[in-house]
Amino acid sequence: MTVGLPRIGVITFPGSLDDRDALNAVATMGGTGVPLWHGDHDLLGVDAVILPGGFSYGDYLRCGAIAGHAPIMDEVRSFAERGGPVLGICNGFQILCESGLLPGALIRNRSLRFVCREVTLRVETAQSVITADLTPGETVAVPIKHGEGAFMARPDELARVRDQGLAVFRYAGPDGVVDDAHNPNGALENIAGIRNEAGNVVGLMPHPEHAVDPDVGPTGGQPLFASLLAAALAGAGA
Amino acid sequence: MHRRLGLKDDEHERIVATLGRDPRPAELAMYGAMWSEHCSYKSSKIHLKTLPTEGAAVLVGPGQDAGAVDVGDGWAAVFKMESHSHPSAIEPYQGAATGVGGIVRDIISMGARPVALLDPLLFGPLTQERNRWLLEGVVAGIGGYGNCIGVPTVGGEIHFAEPHSANPSVNVMCVGLARAEDLVTSASLTAHAGSLMVLYGASTGRDGIGGVSVLASATLDEGSAAARPSVQIGDPFAEKLLIEASLELIERGLLEGLQDLGGAGITCAVSESAARAGMGADLDLDAVPLREPGMAPFEILTSESQERMLAIVHPSRLDAVTAVCERWGLGTAVIATLTRGGTLAVTHDGSVVAEVPARSLTDDGPEYDRPREPRAAVAGEDPTFAPFDGDPWSALLAVLAAPNVASKRWVFEQYDSIVQGQTVAGAGSDAAVIRVPGTLKGLALSADGKGRFGALDPYLGAAHAVAEAARNVAVTGARPLAITNCMNFGNPERPPVMWEFVESIRGMSDACIALDTPVTGGNVSFYNESADSAIWPTPVIGMLGLLEDYRLRVPTGFPRPGLSIYLLGETFAELGGSEFAEAVLGVVAGRPPALDLAKEAALHRLLVAAAAQDLLASAHDPSEGGLAVALVEAAIEGGHGFAVTLAGDLPSHVTLFSESASRAVVSVAAEREAELLEAAAAHGVPVARLGETGGSAVLFDGLFETSVGALREVYESAIPRLLGEDEAPA
Repeated sequence: MTVGLPRIGVITFPGSLDDRDALNAVATMGGTGVPLWHGDHDLLGVDAVILPGGFSYGDYLRCGAIAGHAPIMDEVRSFAERGGPVLGICNGFQILCESGLLPGALIRNRSLRFVCREVTLRVETAQSVITADLTPGETVAVPIKHGEGAFMARPDELARVRDQGLAVFRYAGPDGVVDDAHNPNGALENIAGIRNEAGNVVGLMPHPEHAVDPDVGPTGGQPLFASLLAAALAGAGA
Repeated sequence: MHRRLGLKDDEHERIVATLGRDPRPAELAMYGAMWSEHCSYKSSKIHLKTLPTEGAAVLVGPGQDAGAVDVGDGWAAVFKMESHSHPSAIEPYQGAATGVGGIVRDIISMGARPVALLDPLLFGPLTQERNRWLLEGVVAGIGGYGNCIGVPTVGGEIHFAEPHSANPSVNVMCVGLARAEDLVTSASLTAHAGSLMVLYGASTGRDGIGGVSVLASATLDEGSAAARPSVQIGDPFAEKLLIEASLELIERGLLEGLQDLGGAGITCAVSESAARAGMGADLDLDAVPLREPGMAPFEILTSESQERMLAIVHPSRLDAVTAVCERWGLGTAVIATLTRGGTLAVTHDGSVVAEVPARSLTDDGPEYDRPREPRAAVAGEDPTFAPFDGDPWSALLAVLAAPNVASKRWVFEQYDSIVQGQTVAGAGSDAAVIRVPGTLKGLALSADGKGRFGALDPYLGAAHAVAEAARNVAVTGARPLAITNCMNFGNPERPPVMWEFVESIRGMSDACIALDTPVTGGNVSFYNESADSAIWPTPVIGMLGLLEDYRLRVPTGFPRPGLSIYLLGETFAELGGSEFAEAVLGVVAGRPPALDLAKEAALHRLLVAAAAQDLLASAHDPSEGGLAVALVEAAIEGGHGFAVTLAGDLPSHVTLFSESASRAVVSVAAEREAELLEAAAAHGVPVARLGETGGSAVLFDGLFETSVGALREVYESAIPRLLGEDEAPA
């Protein structure tokens, strides 16, 4: 049904903050951004869905806990089950974990402080909708800005993450070496982002939507969005 | 009873005379709040009237919720600065958080989307545990609130001085953007008799009662902890919803007026909105959604519960307004109706509890010309002439590690500086630069003001604050346009403090006129003192400048090796009030550096013209710490070392650390040096070649050599060490 530019939906929850930024990044990278509303039961036929950064519902209860129950999440779940690309950024990642669409959880930074800075990510796998254009071992520069971004998982979940290679990005130094000195928040094994088994659902704490415009920051988000748009186009009409 | 509300006896008599009878309790509470220093500006009004407020670019001057300037292409930049120092001294997290909330609401009530926050802060020395507690709490509060509402915190500054030990200064500046034709002012929208006043946002509780009358308008003493209930509690999630709902209401053209609720709560919002429209209002307290039962009329009237706005709505539009608020999850309540005649009549439980002329609360309040008397000069020999036989290398390390100078990364990494995707330059730049969406324009923003120069000479201190703020904007290539300000002072009932205030206004005024940066509004914070110790006179200036093309913005750090380094302006023997004098000699004494405003203006014109020609590779203001510090900061920020030879007859420590005004340290490509010299000559700015950028070493010829890495380590680790942390972040 869809011809031409891939249509990427971005869901606004009460308290979403980087939704407009995600829509702008989609447009910059050659897609059509489609605003979606948390209260609707309609994904408007988009080819991919982004759950953006922010403080949905004020982070009340736990980050992302309430958003997981928003009406539109029913449609997001079905879309994900059908293999549709779903990307959760920062708060969006938290929502995906709370919704059970990804394993693990995000807890408070070990410094107990919010941190906003540019980090280097090492690509761990090309088997995801946002790293298909990249090679494992490559690095990209992207900003983080969060207070609760340390990825944690129960032992059985962590075993699954390891066995199935579900880590998509790890925090690294500029030379690509993954070590504790370059772990900004205490995440388990420096994990910055993970995927589901099928690779169509990805969550990451860093903000690729803030890394597509060289005038305001690094550009490590460009290949991530390029991969996502390609995945969206490939699945369009499915 | 009136005294418990902060009203003086003569003020009480004035109320009796206005009403023709004794005031009712609720009326007393209303006057107590509205006539407090914080709300009425009674000690400062007559002096503030002398400030220059007009200019070609000014769209809205003082008198509305915020100021606005025309930045071209149909865009208006709306901005204002306010203080929330007294609540922050008691409860630093919530005091700072609600300070952010309040200033953001001032911006949205003008119809502008908030696009940037800046936080100039002043604390006592970090060697004292209470000051560390205050710093950590205030920074956490600014971040906790600001990060949650989607407005980037892009700049600010932090200074440390002993007089701020019990009296931190927390000033918050917000900048917003609106289409000029959509600005909401009492002139642009017409309110009608019979129109409704709709309260929307959070419900009204008992928090913050006495915030303006008891807390902000009195000095702090040992009983201050008991004032904790007067500190407001913030909910940034509610504020985010408020921002979106308010902007949607304005976008849809549904309102006849909009006002935020801040100091003095409902009383202020209703009386000001009515008075501005030349009307009165019938206010029914039973209609106000309450957070807890059994609130007395005076509590409802003066509560400072956060995240509330007041819209003036024509009855035919009420349903549409309610629908927008509900979609964003916000409650609405019609609490008043505008009436002809000017009387604010308040009912509760069926009875009239207050009936006062609205104007007597707002514009016809008391105005004082308080006595003033020059304060004794600060004792001590001028450090400029003190013999110094220490070595310049250790002196540089001491100044670089001084908390006023050292890296504030520990602070600014706790703030989201990138949301909205328009931040071209943030912390680390002399001025923050944000893009105006859909155009090539950039706004350059700087907040400056430390009390040290004011302690020595209040007139010069204020003039320097304006000059430095304009210089910080000009070095990025932006033309300084206008200012907002926050005046932080001690008890105005003491003649020396009042003298400092009037001198500061004079200095600010003269500088604003010479630099063509009119005052569009601001805030006065008095009573920043405890026992007998007042803070130094500290006018903090928020400067807004315009870059026609943000791509031509000039960075602070040396961007490449092989560039030629120049000093624009001249260095004189002036160590009075300098970082060197405090950090190395341990004194705050002498005269502040001279300030020739004509030279300063010429420097700014040169910087703006040079930037427009893409002539400068970098530019940095050397006023904080002096030339040596500026060169080192440029090396650390850009990642490239340098080699310089500092000529001249002054002793080396004076050349390195003098804080002479009207200078800039710039770098330029070798093949364009002649152009720079020509431009400097054309603008009448002296210029001297210092050396070149390149390598990882830092060489001050004839003095010492070191490395960028070693200097960076000292610069970055100073504040974390003082806070008891090792320098590795997270």
